[in-house]
Amino acid sequence: MSLIAFLGAIETGLLFGLVAFGVFLSFRVLNFPDLTVDGSLPLGAAVAATLIVGGWNPYAATFVAMLAGALAGMVTALLNIRLRILHLLASILTMIGLWTINLRIMGKPNQPLLGEVTIFTPFEGFGLPFYWLYPLVFVVVVVAAKLLVDAFLASEIGLAMRATGVNPRMARAQGIRTDVMILSGMAMSNALVALAGALFAQVQGAADISMGVGVIVVGLAAVILGEAVMSTRTIVLATFACIVGSIIYRLVIAVALNADFIGLQAQDLKLVTAVLVVLAMALPAVRQRFLKGGGARAT
Amino acid sequence: MLNTTLGRGALCAAFILALPLVLQPLNNAVAADKSVKVTAIVEHPALDATRDGIKDELAAQGFKAGDNLDWEYQSAQGDVGTAGQIARKFVGDNPDVIVAIATPSAQAVVSAARGQIPVVFSAVTDPVAAKLVTNAKKPGGNVTGVSDLSPIGKHLDLIKEITPNAKIVGVPHNPGEANAVVLVDLLKKLAPGKGLSIVTASAPSSNDVLAATRSLVGKVDVIYVPTDNTVVSALEAVVKVGIDAKIPVYAGDTDSVQRGAMAGLGFDYYDVGRQTGKMIARILRGMKPGDLSVQGVDITQLHVNPGAAQKMGVTLPQSVISRAHKVVK
Repeated sequence: MSLIAFLGAIETGLLFGLVAFGVFLSFRVLNFPDLTVDGSLPLGAAVAATLIVGGWNPYAATFVAMLAGALAGMVTALLNIRLRILHLLASILTMIGLWTINLRIMGKPNQPLLGEVTIFTPFEGFGLPFYWLYPLVFVVVVVAAKLLVDAFLASEIGLAMRATGVNPRMARAQGIRTDVMILSGMAMSNALVALAGALFAQVQGAADISMGVGVIVVGLAAVILGEAVMSTRTIVLATFACIVGSIIYRLVIAVALNADFIGLQAQDLKLVTAVLVVLAMALPAVRQRFLKGGGARAT
Repeated sequence: MLNTTLGRGALCAAFILALPLVLQPLNNAVAADKSVKVTAIVEHPALDATRDGIKDELAAQGFKAGDNLDWEYQSAQGDVGTAGQIARKFVGDNPDVIVAIATPSAQAVVSAARGQIPVVFSAVTDPVAAKLVTNAKKPGGNVTGVSDLSPIGKHLDLIKEITPNAKIVGVPHNPGEANAVVLVDLLKKLAPGKGLSIVTASAPSSNDVLAATRSLVGKVDVIYVPTDNTVVSALEAVVKVGIDAKIPVYAGDTDSVQRGAMAGLGFDYYDVGRQTGKMIARILRGMKPGDLSVQGVDITQLHVNPGAAQKMGVTLPQSVISRAHKVVK
């Protein structure tokens, strides 16, 4: 594997780490299976790309993209809490609706950004090659996002949100407005995913209507992989695991792209991913059975 | 507990950092004179045919894969994240030419190649709109390629020739497909000049093609199927409506004629690949991509299906049948 390919995997892993944060907030913290992300990632890309091509400052465009993502998350949450639509179905409805909205925003299925001013342009004068520059910028963005998520989840509101996910009835009994918690949690989650989309479009050189396909699987795989390889007993560790899981996922792809030697091909990627996620999910159960059977080394 | 977590984390980190070292030597397995790396956004009959055409043409030009040519092909399987990673991998491998098939792959590769490595795209409908090149005649820079833009003008002429009374052309298409949108825009621009008008019907997925085509019945005189992957994949639904409602169905590609369209003027994606291969060979021999203009497809073929035409209430003129490259029985 060349250095550029390796750093490319790290970069993509960091970027999808933001998606993993979003998925972590909805699936794990709020216990709300949310497929909106398949629509909010291209939404972020579409909004950012359209604004940048329209002459906006790329930072402002990226920020507006996050707001758009938050709005999408709130639509899903409102469908669920106001109209009592099942969470999974509510998120699928928003996702489908976003396909049309994304097309309308761009006015076409593919909005190229090649040669436009992006958030990376100010850093490009320092002589750093792009394959170092992008991952470095993303490390800063992702670590900042992680610290913000950590701080938020440790705050009073954050604790109320976690209580909402664990036991909504109990949370309501404690005077927590669970509706508000779900609404704001979903907004945060999808804002992070839209941020990933906006950054991704600027790295990749285009926003494309098909960008969102399977994003939820990738995000979920990252969360689960992270949980499989390290302890997630505190929030600080759990969000760190999201990043680790996302990077491992992308490294697996990078290895599969170079894996002629074990007969693996890129075409096998989807199956490899599925098997990997199944293994990661089965691991805790297997470990538990092993410990029970052995008995001697239980911690 | 903290110890195990840290230990496991350190192990993971060590594994990740060691990966490039372990895999590095395996890259240089074939000591070839030239290297060409090919990527496509997804596996698809047309895109695969393009790839095979490129490979065969390069062999015909004396660059044989596995012999004196290091040839590698990777499909992103529809995942844009993977497309970006493949682009990075290829740039890292530093080949003589990177070939990108279809628009999303081409954009990812051009974005990663940064003007350093020659890039040849293929099967991109509108390379200027996709910002791959700024000027199709004189690309400059490190990018050129072959566009697969349909000969729309010729298609409209064919409609006028076979069904001279037709006034309104119905076009089912997927508004989410970049190439289809380019074609529809072009149709709307060219049709008035030929005394035709265009009515579109939106089919966002192949399941919607039947309903979209039915919505055209009563509104249009003929149906034209552009080279839209979604609609072509459900072509049988269009043909069925054409036969039921006696509306002639034209196609923008030739394969669809075998499947029941009345007439199609188009090209074989294998030929697109051969043409792209010629361009790659010139670059391998030292030409600069920036000096080679973006090409349209040279070879077009007319296929007709008189049986289907009859079922749709049309008799094909003898002049058209005799000039066709293939008559489907």
